[in-house]
Amino acid sequence: MSSSVTTATGASSLPRLAFVGLTTLVLLYAAFYLYAQSQPLFGAVLLALACGFAVIYGANRFYGARFIFPGIAAVLTFIALPIGYTIYLGFTNYSSFNLLSFDRATEVLLSRGGADPSTEQPFAVAAEGDQFRIWLPDSGLLSDPVTLTGKALAPVTAALAPADAPATLLETRDAIRLREGLGLLTLTTPDGMQIVNSGLRTFASVTPEYAQQPDGTLIRASDETVLTPDHSTGFYVAPDGTQVPPGWRVGIGFGNFEKVFTSEGIRQPLFSIFIWTVVFAAASVGLTFALGLTLAVILQWEHLRFKTLYRILLILPYAVPAFISILVFRGLFNQNFGEINMILEGIFGIRPNWFTDGNLARIMILIVNTWLGYPYMMLLAMGFLQGVPEDHKKAAALEGASSARVFFTITLPQIMPPFLPLLIASFAFNFNNLVLILLLTTGGPDIPGTIIPAGRTDILASFTYRMAFDDSGTQFGLAGAITLMIFIVVAAMSYLNLVQMRRAATRHAGK
Amino acid sequence: MIVERPADLRRKKILAHGFMIIFLILILFPFLSVISISFRLGNFATGDLIPRNPTLEHWVLAFGFDYTRPDGTVVEPPYPVLLWMWNSIKIGVIAGLGVLAIATISAYAFSRIRIRGKGTLLDGLFLIQMFPTTLALVAIYAIFDAMGEISPLLGLDSHVALILIYMAGVTLHIWTIKGYFDGIDTALDKAAAIDGATPWQTFRFIFLPLAVPMMAVVFVLAFIGFINDYPIASVLIRSEDKMTLAVGSRLYLNEFRYLWGDFAAAAILSGLPITVVFLIAQRYLVRGLSDGAVKG
Repeated sequence: MSSSVTTATGASSLPRLAFVGLTTLVLLYAAFYLYAQSQPLFGAVLLALACGFAVIYGANRFYGARFIFPGIAAVLTFIALPIGYTIYLGFTNYSSFNLLSFDRATEVLLSRGGADPSTEQPFAVAAEGDQFRIWLPDSGLLSDPVTLTGKALAPVTAALAPADAPATLLETRDAIRLREGLGLLTLTTPDGMQIVNSGLRTFASVTPEYAQQPDGTLIRASDETVLTPDHSTGFYVAPDGTQVPPGWRVGIGFGNFEKVFTSEGIRQPLFSIFIWTVVFAAASVGLTFALGLTLAVILQWEHLRFKTLYRILLILPYAVPAFISILVFRGLFNQNFGEINMILEGIFGIRPNWFTDGNLARIMILIVNTWLGYPYMMLLAMGFLQGVPEDHKKAAALEGASSARVFFTITLPQIMPPFLPLLIASFAFNFNNLVLILLLTTGGPDIPGTIIPAGRTDILASFTYRMAFDDSGTQFGLAGAITLMIFIVVAAMSYLNLVQMRRAATRHAGK
Repeated sequence: MIVERPADLRRKKILAHGFMIIFLILILFPFLSVISISFRLGNFATGDLIPRNPTLEHWVLAFGFDYTRPDGTVVEPPYPVLLWMWNSIKIGVIAGLGVLAIATISAYAFSRIRIRGKGTLLDGLFLIQMFPTTLALVAIYAIFDAMGEISPLLGLDSHVALILIYMAGVTLHIWTIKGYFDGIDTALDKAAAIDGATPWQTFRFIFLPLAVPMMAVVFVLAFIGFINDYPIASVLIRSEDKMTLAVGSRLYLNEFRYLWGDFAAAAILSGLPITVVFLIAQRYLVRGLSDGAVKG
């Protein structure tokens, strides 16, 4: 193999090197551009990509690595990097209160301002086609034409210049009709002052609310309060201790973890959610495995007719996209007008509160997940059952063993080893089965008395999802900290699975 | 098992069929009721399994047309179902093809080419594969939020961002295809090497044609996985016309605007094609599922 490498590279190396060089240059430029846009992290990622690309596709000794570079790069950039970044965010106060960078937060505060009433002056509007000019008679200034009407109005800036009064001016009441557009208008005088609409008949110049001082503090114009940037909390702080939003993102060490472990309102729900996550995942695997295996055994029975028909119908729940089935169940289980409660009421006279009773909601989740998951187990079991030699079973039957005994002493021990890694994988999948929880119950019903939204059916993953992306508050940092704990559990499971898989592989090789 | 009395056998057969039929009725109940709901008048579940006054209203709306009721009122479709479907298919196909290309090439290299540190890399991939992308959603959101300030194409609400994230989910598929390649006789590539083929040529002309059935399996699996994703798409996509089916469908069962009938029609319309593809491919899928999993 290695000899053929050298022959192939000789002839075609020049165009290839040119291509590699060009691509690397483009990547390097993009990296530099990102760095210049103050995104050093992404710049570094692209830089690493560029270097990796140049080395692996440029040098002949990495011929083999060329095949796996795209895959490894994709996994590193879009899985490993986000995982690392999530862990990092767990050590910051990133949230809807501390969303911006320090520079952006300062900029936002400095750009705040109000109209100064002492500078008010009257204005008039002159129409010019679809557009308008603003005329300020006191200072003799006329603005450039601006758009003040239409559906999608956006803030506009226009320059003022000395001019003679326009020949025709709009009546005051016509000008008032334009107030929506006027409110979004900022005019700039020739000497750089900013002027905004301050009343129905007046424009006034803007004075900034804050001014920056050389030492980095901000001073509030109205009451001369000095705001000091506090880089440990990510806020500008007034002398009396009040924090002035918006804040910026800073590292807070183990702050989020402390919060998780010391705050009763977080620790209690987190603990119960963790228990439920494990119970949910284990029960899902157990139920789907038991049901799937039972069905597979029945389907394998030689005397059964219509096997193909049964099989097709049985795997239908697996064939329909899960998100559709889950939403269908959400509707069917609806307490007030769902079909399931209608039937239950008709037969038994009961209307269970599937969505407001915590235990019933959990049972519902398990029912739906079993419905979704048993066909997969059934298909796998059918495959593995075929691998069990028929004569072992026959021999046992001849010895007088009942079919149940044959199943538990001959069949089951033979299919368990190849099944085990798949069961672990299924456990891991359900441990993070976000789609099911988010689409069916969204975690509800809520546990009373918690600081952050937490529900009876929330699993760890949906808990963090809601913490980060729910309407009630976006606590990215805290979500990151809890995700780190999930990572640890997942890492343990994935290591266990690796060991199991190795064992299966050795057994396979030994056969 | 071998010697069985006919009476016993008959009793067992009746039992087995009886169990199967009762079980199937329970299992298929949701499908039957959804079909019934989609033809039922109104958006609430009051009525019989066979609708008394069947209406095509929900179906007409699902196809994106206005529906004129007998009393003259015109109902507009609540959501652009076909557009969502198109978004889902477009994203699923592009990301699926990307995954297929990356996974096939990587799997070939991992199976056949000698690379230093291959064992460690494979173990690493196996470990990473267990970490679902959904766990890093916070970071993914933050990353694409920041990227969006540089180029909206890579920001939130962009299909490109979604496709990139999806394409990173190749690890499982690398394993599946590698398992398949490992089962191919090494005499084949030795023969090719003797004839002077480079590893790339061996891949292109020998392994690629052999892998076509397996690649079809991986493509269908990846495609279905992407279609079914809700968490990532719901975080990255915000505007209604960019949504995928999974994100959009959820809007139907809002507590304040509960469109049960419209949802039923839209669900059948969008779910049916995927279901049919799956049922056609299922025989091969099963083999792919267990092969990739067991062979180390």
